[in-house]
Amino acid sequence: MGLEAKLDSDGFLVTQLDTVVAWARKNSVYPMPMGISCCAIEMMAAADPKYDIARFGSEVMRFTPRQCDLMIVAGTVTYKMSHVVRKIYEQMPDPKWVIAMGACTSTGGMYRSYSVVQGIDQFLPVDVYLAGCPPRPDNLLNALIQIQNKIGRTRAKDFQNLKLPELNVIQNN
Amino acid sequence: MELKDLISQKLESNFPEAELEYSEYRGELNIKFNKKFVNSICKFLKQDSELEFLLCEDVTAVDWAKRKNRFTVVYHIFSLKHNFRLVLKADVDESDCSIDTVSSVWKTSDWQERETYDMYGIKFNNHPDLRRIYMPEEFEYYPLRKDFPLMGIPGSLPLPKK
Ligand code: SF4
Repeated sequence: MGLEAKLDSDGFLVTQLDTVVAWARKNSVYPMPMGISCCAIEMMAAADPKYDIARFGSEVMRFTPRQCDLMIVAGTVTYKMSHVVRKIYEQMPDPKWVIAMGACTSTGGMYRSYSVVQGIDQFLPVDVYLAGCPPRPDNLLNALIQIQNKIGRTRAKDFQNLKLPELNVIQNN
Repeated sequence: MELKDLISQKLESNFPEAELEYSEYRGELNIKFNKKFVNSICKFLKQDSELEFLLCEDVTAVDWAKRKNRFTVVYHIFSLKHNFRLVLKADVDESDCSIDTVSSVWKTSDWQERETYDMYGIKFNNHPDLRRIYMPEEFEYYPLRKDFPLMGIPGSLPLPKK
């Protein structure tokens, strides 16, 4: 069974190019580790051999936004930092996705104060919110799987003839 | 002679007009004085060969909200020679919200004073580079003042466009 068996017996495979692209894309998500505070430690733990994010094809954490398509915002985002986060997000090539990791990033968390943005969805389109302070690494893996499912549903026609702002809307619904 | 007595004696004889007040809290000596003398007293405490308060650990302030002299600027200084910590205090009123810098005495207090300026709006005269250190430079308020709301003033800190 599996792909090898099929190739062996028939020698070919009928599918849509779209499906193949989505399949490839969802199994090679490059995360941009936007580690701002303590949650970043758990994000690192998700990459270690115990939790092993490589099992999901996402072990290539790139520290440059231009090579990434998933931003994991892990940590407390202050108003001053929000401009940096947005700038990095804008440098990532389309299509791109965002995980808001942890209570701080999703809602401001325990920092109910003037300096902390009460949820990064005020300036970024967020795909998956992750509960916990900090969330366990397996929780982050779960979020990644959610994103993968979402990428698997994405079709090229969703993106046809669209301008950038519209793209963002489609991509994040 | 005990060190605390030595310090007060020296200060009394060198700065008779500084309105010195002494108090003690949990075994630490607190000295309050008129803010005009801050620079000369600090310089003296650092340079006197029997005291040598070489380390300025912190500069901060207290906002008393309704008191006549609204702010108290607090310096924590440390003598490595005696393993002794001293707290210096000077009152600053809102109408003349400034005090002389001690960054010429202790270089570290440069950033500590910038922090105090950022959070309380107390100006440090003759400071080499008095800019905000935490908040964005165009921010107009002083967050640790008692009349600043906990959640801030809406719109005062701009967010990037979505
Ligand atoms: S959610 Fe908790 S662990 Fe994560 S950044 Fe905030 S305080 Fe740190």
